[in-house]
Amino acid sequence: MDAENEQQNGTPAAAATATPDRAAVSRRAVIGWAGAGVALGVAAAGSVAAAVRQDDDPAPAANAVVGGEVPFYGEHQAGISTPVQDRLHFAAFDVSEKATRDSLVKLLKEWTRAAAAMTGGREVGTGAVPASAEAPPDDTGEALGLPASRLTLTIGFGPSLFEKDGIDRFGLKAQRPDALIELPTFKGDKLDPLRSGGDLCVQACADDPQVAVHAIRNLARIGMGTVNIRWSQLGFGKTSSTTPDEQTPRNLMGFKDGTHNIAGTDTANLSEHVWAAPGDGPEWMTGGSYLVARRIRMHIETWDRASLKDQEDTFGRTKGEGAPYGRAKEHDAPDLKAMPATSHVALAHPDANNGLMILRRGFSFTDGTDGLGRLDAGLFFLAYQRDTRKAFVPLQQRLAASDKLNEYIQHVGSAHFACPAGVRKPGEWWGQALFG
Amino acid sequence: MPARRRSTAAALLSLAVATAALAGCASKKDDKAGGADAVKINATDTACEVSTTSFPGGHVVLDISNKGSKTTEVYVYAAGDKIVTERENIGPGTKASINAEIKAGSYEIACKPGMVGDGIRQKITVTGEGGSTAPADPRLGAAVDSYRKYAQEQADATVPAVEAFAAAIKGGDLEKAKSLYAPSRTGWERTEPVAESFGDVDPKTDTREDKLEQGQQWTGWHRLEKALWADAKTGDDEKKLADQLVADLKDWQKKIPEAEITATSMANGAKELLDEVATNKITGEEDRYSHTDLADFQANVEGAQKAYELLKPVAAEKDPELARTLDSEFAAITALLAKYKQADGTFTPYDKVTEAERKAFSDAVNSLGEPLSKLAAAVVVK
Repeated sequence: MDAENEQQNGTPAAAATATPDRAAVSRRAVIGWAGAGVALGVAAAGSVAAAVRQDDDPAPAANAVVGGEVPFYGEHQAGISTPVQDRLHFAAFDVSEKATRDSLVKLLKEWTRAAAAMTGGREVGTGAVPASAEAPPDDTGEALGLPASRLTLTIGFGPSLFEKDGIDRFGLKAQRPDALIELPTFKGDKLDPLRSGGDLCVQACADDPQVAVHAIRNLARIGMGTVNIRWSQLGFGKTSSTTPDEQTPRNLMGFKDGTHNIAGTDTANLSEHVWAAPGDGPEWMTGGSYLVARRIRMHIETWDRASLKDQEDTFGRTKGEGAPYGRAKEHDAPDLKAMPATSHVALAHPDANNGLMILRRGFSFTDGTDGLGRLDAGLFFLAYQRDTRKAFVPLQQRLAASDKLNEYIQHVGSAHFACPAGVRKPGEWWGQALFG
Repeated sequence: MPARRRSTAAALLSLAVATAALAGCASKKDDKAGGADAVKINATDTACEVSTTSFPGGHVVLDISNKGSKTTEVYVYAAGDKIVTERENIGPGTKASINAEIKAGSYEIACKPGMVGDGIRQKITVTGEGGSTAPADPRLGAAVDSYRKYAQEQADATVPAVEAFAAAIKGGDLEKAKSLYAPSRTGWERTEPVAESFGDVDPKTDTREDKLEQGQQWTGWHRLEKALWADAKTGDDEKKLADQLVADLKDWQKKIPEAEITATSMANGAKELLDEVATNKITGEEDRYSHTDLADFQANVEGAQKAYELLKPVAAEKDPELARTLDSEFAAITALLAKYKQADGTFTPYDKVTEAERKAFSDAVNSLGEPLSKLAAAVVVK
């Protein structure tokens, strides 16, 4: 413990009774004020004024463009069909043993308020520098001065929230969608239980890693006592694009991956393959989507020693252009017969799976090295779909059985979540339709 | 066991926050910081000028300007260099503000250019008029009195326990000494924030090897812990160190009546005890040789709970929800610890506690520590 805790015998700021009138101020506006103060008036008044945005109104219309804000409210949750951001912090939570349905609902309401603030580029609660010097600030502060950075926060509910060890902890068992299965074991899986499962998840995506990490950190802090982090994963370098007009990103194997993904603007395919429709399952999931998260470790070192031909045969695409075998350009329709039958594209392409599509939203990860000098790196695979039983499961069974890529990868973490429809307007909260 | 000084990074961070807070306050025309009543301190490389050497007690604001060329720090010391309040890392040309609750009495303000040494001292007198010398709420005054009594009881009970521990070492009875190690620490661990406010006792008695400052001789509990467990040794050095530990702790016992205890320091002390658990016990760093971490853990929680229970009449009135949460979290962590109590009254050695079990402890500590960090503001402010 610090020998010199300045608060121990001092009572800072009896002024803490001041009302938190800056509660909804934007992060950048705060810096504007602080900057003016530090510079002792050198900053022109105009620059301060410019930094203060009128964003007290959390309605999406007011926030649509400024500071790279993705609207929080809407029919579907943001962070699914939203153009994929550059960075990820994904966290799976367990609900603590002593939590009740009521405490969980209370948390979900608090989380929703915080999520609306953070995705709008605003501080949590009474902010990072509140009037009271006596209490720890509500907001942890590392995102001060940063724009919203297209932050999206997407919540999901895991199978164990509905039933764990045969116990219906929160009276939700009857609401569990049939599609929210325990994923089967796939051939070659080597799942670490400490990187798998979870009662809840939050996917934080942003163009700035600090903004994504800030979001998860603050939600975790708010959740302490009710939920605790089971595992979390940082990701960078999106590996799939939902904006097909842009260049398809490359995974850590150096290949373009996810060329034939569902575009965020492709409402027909989104309706057909991503959003749960009325009648698909319980009503609370209508407009939602099922998320499969897989931590896929790549055997980077052996992959790097594979010849170019072997690498291209593994994917069924050329490395440079990304063109499917037998074609010239990346987006040319592939001729599956022209590529090895066990290549990744030959097995995974919709044409080989009765038109089956999933919306991929994965990120690369590198968690340093593994203690044996090997990169602990790979793909944090995230896929959204209308019904996991008809999408990820048959697809992965097929891949696990014969994908040539399996020689170079291993699935080491796995989780499945039901992500409900969007929060439509201020006052509504995450999971409201489920908890009622 | 404390790091004697925060890491530079942490200190810089706290400075950044303080600066932002000041700036924010200034723009809001905050009525507290920098007001006309503030005591102004001009710190230079060679002087520590105080605008008045006599001012009323109660809530005191010290506005510090560092006009020197070195980063400085400012302390307010009571007799015997007991730290009343302090601010570190005030950069050249910058200002900082300390808000503190200071009772009537004689003090010294020390500016420490370069953040080293005893500093440039200035005697001050805090008078009784004007400011309240007791907390406004008489229940808080009663809580402080009760807590001081508790701290004294803990010290009074610790001394004979440490004497027995020392006697076993001096008698060369290794196993007995080992069995008396953890119990000798209980009273200390329950009230550690009070002990740390004395500044010099804690480094002598409760320092871990990796936290020694350059040139500091390693003494105290953890030095003996290593001898007993890692080296199976009760030699002449250990016998001398055992006597010294007893002497140092008798010194602590004598100092408690003069400890600066306020409702704020009680609440923050409770939070700090949980910080101790989170930082040192959960990782098994505290008692790395004896693995008796859970005994310290239990004592930290008990001490935090005592402080909370004494403040609870006020806390429950001002923030009933916080009080309910704290009641529930203290009960939960106590129940979790109870699962590790063995038939002979000792705890499961921490090296036998699995990673998954440590995660459960960590979650419980976070669940309690987070609301506990809000206790000071709930009790003192409003």
